[in-house]
Amino acid sequence: MSGAFDLILCLMILGTAGIALFVRDALAAIAFFIAFGNLMGLAWLSLGAVNVALAEIAIGAGVTGILLILARARLLALGDPVHSGDTPTWLWLGAFAACTSFSVLLAATVLSITPESGLDRVVAPLMPGLGIENRVTGVLLAFRAYDTLLESFVLLGALVAVWSLAPARAWPGRPAEPRMADGQMHQVAGASGRVLLPVALVMAAYLVWAGSDLPGGAFQAGTVLAGGLMLAAMGGAIGLPRSDRPLLRAALVLGPLVFLAIGLGGIAAGGFLIYPKGLAKALIVTIEYTLFLSIGVTLALLVAGPPVADSPVPDAGGNG
Amino acid sequence: MELLAPEPVSAGHIYAVTGAILTALGFYAFIVRRHALRQLLAVNVVGAGVFLILGGLGRGPDAIDPMPQALVITGIVVAVALTAFGAAMIVRLAEAPRSPDQGKAGKPDA
Repeated sequence: MSGAFDLILCLMILGTAGIALFVRDALAAIAFFIAFGNLMGLAWLSLGAVNVALAEIAIGAGVTGILLILARARLLALGDPVHSGDTPTWLWLGAFAACTSFSVLLAATVLSITPESGLDRVVAPLMPGLGIENRVTGVLLAFRAYDTLLESFVLLGALVAVWSLAPARAWPGRPAEPRMADGQMHQVAGASGRVLLPVALVMAAYLVWAGSDLPGGAFQAGTVLAGGLMLAAMGGAIGLPRSDRPLLRAALVLGPLVFLAIGLGGIAAGGFLIYPKGLAKALIVTIEYTLFLSIGVTLALLVAGPPVADSPVPDAGGNG
Repeated sequence: MELLAPEPVSAGHIYAVTGAILTALGFYAFIVRRHALRQLLAVNVVGAGVFLILGGLGRGPDAIDPMPQALVITGIVVAVALTAFGAAMIVRLAEAPRSPDQGKAGKPDA
């Protein structure tokens, strides 16, 4: 793509980031952060990394944006005005000097490295052995499957960490309902949630399938599913589950466990996470579908937050 | 050894340098912003900067390296997990001043 486009896009990225970081009002900051995330997605498109662009816009801008907006709303409800206090002059002067020199040093280092896509030439001839064409999926689920396996457990660990923040009396309840306060808005969200949830499910299933050969994959699809679930929950079309529901627990661990089991099964074929010849694509697609389901549910629950005490706890609850 | 590229700056370099500036901007905001939610936002900007450095330096003349792409996707997911935990912790901290009273008030009832 042309240099002028890249340059303008980069200036816009820096501008939106600057506003998001330094504007006084927290809601404006979050709004500009979402705009920043979308521009980052454009930057990834311009670099030719469509897989990353999808992930950045869906997760980096979308899910992170919702997380920040919900956190701000909850802080406001708790009486925290979300105002950033004044910084002493010496601190911002020192920080400014340090960060400027850091920026110059880092930029000089970056410029001394020639951009190279050397591993692309290494990965390309290995792809026919997997039976899929998307090289990024190949790296994520075959050549560096270990990273992705650990990552799926990191996501699960984050949910356990978020749940562990629940007050003892709230456990094992439901997360706070992310309902819209305005009645009409609530109805609109409910109606669109009912329509969009099946659409999101179909689109996500397609994204996983397409992810073998075209841009897409389990993480992008999981975010689409999480988005559909959240919108439906905001409109009251679906309720949020109690955190001790067996079906929910099963959905959360299904992906990582299937991945781990197939990885262990690979020992028979020569080593941990090695796919037997000819079965690679089938196994990768199996992992991706189960992983997508777990990622979608985990992300939706991460956004919903820890269980809260205000939710009605059924009498049959604690017998521990 | 020259630091500046002799030929016109490549697209990869433009984005990598943008990433470097973003990282520094994020660090600066992280230090001078005094509210935890704004600091969480700053951490996300630092992360985005690091991803852009990775991606930009993987952008060769004809193709983009799949390895940094996979790494960045992994990074984006870990960043959102961190943000979710951070946001939950910030909200919990804001609740904290009240919960001791509630806990004490609740115990005699139970």
